[in-house]
Amino acid sequence: MEKNMEARNQIFASIRRSKERGGVKSDPKAVEKRLAEHPSGLIPKRSQLEKAEQVNLFQKMAENVQASVVRLKSDREIPAAVSDYLAQKNLPARVKLSGDERLSNLPWSENASHISLLEGASGGDDLVSLAVSFAGIAETGTLVLHSGPKGPTTLNFLPETHMVVLRESDIVGAYEEAWARIRKQQADKGEEFLPRTVNMITGPSRTGDIEQTILLGAHGPHALHILMVADDA
Amino acid sequence: MQSTTRNFKNNASEALVNDNLQEALGKLKVGFVERRAAAAEKLPEFDALRDQARDIKNHTLQNIDLYLERFEEKVTAQGGHVHWARNSHEACQTILEICQSVNAKMVTKGKSMVSEEIGLNAALEKTGLEVVETDLGEYIIQLRKEAPSHIIAPAVHVLKDEVEADFRDAHTDLDPDRQLEEPTQLVHEAREVLRQKYLDSDVGITGANFLVAETGTSIIVTNEGNGDLTQTLPKVHIVIASMEKIIPTLEDTSAVLRVLARSATGQEFTSYTTFSSGPRREEDPDGPDQYHVVILDNGRSAMLGTEFQDMLRCIRCGACMNHCPVYGAVGGHAYGWVYPGPMGSVLTPSFIGVEEAGHLPNASTFCGRCEEVCPMRIPLPKMMRHYRQKEFEGNMNAAPVRWAIKAYGFMATRPKLWHMITGVKAKFAYTLSGGKGRFHKLPLWMGEWTKHRDFPASQGSSFHSQWKKKGGATTLNELKKGAE
Ligand code: SF4
Repeated sequence: MEKNMEARNQIFASIRRSKERGGVKSDPKAVEKRLAEHPSGLIPKRSQLEKAEQVNLFQKMAENVQASVVRLKSDREIPAAVSDYLAQKNLPARVKLSGDERLSNLPWSENASHISLLEGASGGDDLVSLAVSFAGIAETGTLVLHSGPKGPTTLNFLPETHMVVLRESDIVGAYEEAWARIRKQQADKGEEFLPRTVNMITGPSRTGDIEQTILLGAHGPHALHILMVADDA
Repeated sequence: MQSTTRNFKNNASEALVNDNLQEALGKLKVGFVERRAAAAEKLPEFDALRDQARDIKNHTLQNIDLYLERFEEKVTAQGGHVHWARNSHEACQTILEICQSVNAKMVTKGKSMVSEEIGLNAALEKTGLEVVETDLGEYIIQLRKEAPSHIIAPAVHVLKDEVEADFRDAHTDLDPDRQLEEPTQLVHEAREVLRQKYLDSDVGITGANFLVAETGTSIIVTNEGNGDLTQTLPKVHIVIASMEKIIPTLEDTSAVLRVLARSATGQEFTSYTTFSSGPRREEDPDGPDQYHVVILDNGRSAMLGTEFQDMLRCIRCGACMNHCPVYGAVGGHAYGWVYPGPMGSVLTPSFIGVEEAGHLPNASTFCGRCEEVCPMRIPLPKMMRHYRQKEFEGNMNAAPVRWAIKAYGFMATRPKLWHMITGVKAKFAYTLSGGKGRFHKLPLWMGEWTKHRDFPASQGSSFHSQWKKKGGATTLNELKKGAE
């Protein structure tokens, strides 16, 4: 620790010496203001649209990066949609849920009684996971998920197929709008900090490391399937 | 990392006759250059966003001490630890001590150029730790015992067949008759082999693309998801980051992210952008119990307030090397240290000294494409010129180079002599080229130049004499007259 304090003090001394030598002056007022107000800069026009168009843009951008999207009218359609997708892709009828009540309380036994459901974090042997997205960012078709009691981060990366439920009302235009929502959620909960992990996910895992050919499913999921739900019912 | 930068000229000559390397480099153009252009085209605000990114980073550097202090405060408040390292040795030592404190046997790593800079793998392995790179490109070069040749595509110099051979050599417990010709088969095999490593490792080490002062958050940007598995599964997550990765707020980060992926791979956004703040919370079902951030100086604080401060805006996108004709011809290894291409030609002398890396700022045609594509608008050619100047002042150039420059200086200040000699040379050269205007092979020492490119022959008369023929002014007096 002492050694670390010495290194720390010397680094700060060196920064201040260099700044002084070069005539670089700090502006503590501007720093405080920026940290307190965290202003947004230029937001590309692309995503600043009517809600319905924003939803369409999200779908288009997500599909451009090889995510698949299915549109549902309500949460009640989720079990059947999951079942259809598993059958279509020849996947085993076993799904790990994130623990979010919105998923656990669905009428699974009515439409998808053959699917065995598990819940919680992944230890590496789950082929399919299902989670709820906190927000969707239309600008680039990006999902926003975050850690918490009902949001295991491992479900976003270990299974080969990652299914995510996204409410249309949770789709925003730009990254900054998603941050505004996270800030608000945390403030409402009386949380001082961000969730431990915030994952912005744009399409399935990929690599270009072998002769720059883009291949899907490097270490994370091969497939990202988004269930886009129209209303909150 | 040990540097071979002094040998740049030899390294470069060898690279030019390495057929595999030349084949691999040939693919760079289509891969990165065209995709970046397409991505820039699709976003009308792209250039304005570059200006904004430059301004954000300038403001940050101006106040870097204040923002670093806030970052430290926020990380600590969330139960994380911040460590400071003046140099490579201190950084490696700090990381080693954290590993030892949890009796680590195996460490997995996400891609981090700073960890290459400090020679982390060697330092950890020396003590008996197993270190496993998880980014596919890094994994490939780790098997080959090579250094990365590109900052975002570390194995860009390796061909598919070479990867196949490396995997067959390394994964001896797998069926020797298995199919491994297809890239998908290679990716699948790496995925399977590394999967177990993530689960078995005690410590996960990642770099950081940004450190957010406002929230005490470190950010990694990856396409594979390897960095996320690296930092989520083990008990301990260590972030190694250089000090200039600091950025004020989440909004500032979003703004700079808009130019990062587009400049790097031509993607609109990278697959995974992950924001980590502190260790796992009490109610979290997964995540690391410990979160450490090691902040490295290693020469950076000394660049502040100098003509090289702008270089600290660099976000390591790789666009400058993708667009550099010198990098495109010789690849990354010739540069001899961690950072290749134009950004490396400025960073390397700053970090390891102009005596060691004096050749690099000369490895440029000054075509200016690096500055044209740099998302942070870093004036790379200008900074290389600063270093050339320093190198010249330091008298480190070989005698023939100094002599030639002096001779040029002598002639250039004596216009009559200049015209006479260049005029004769130009005519002579044009005749020699057989009237074709290009040389495929130059004699003697100039032959080195034409081995890998044509040399344009002068068009039978010098610029000056053609200019004069077309009625252009050649002296100040004539110019004034023309303007009247
Ligand atoms: S110098 Fe500019 S172009 Fe080169 S890596 Fe850094 S940010 Fe990218």
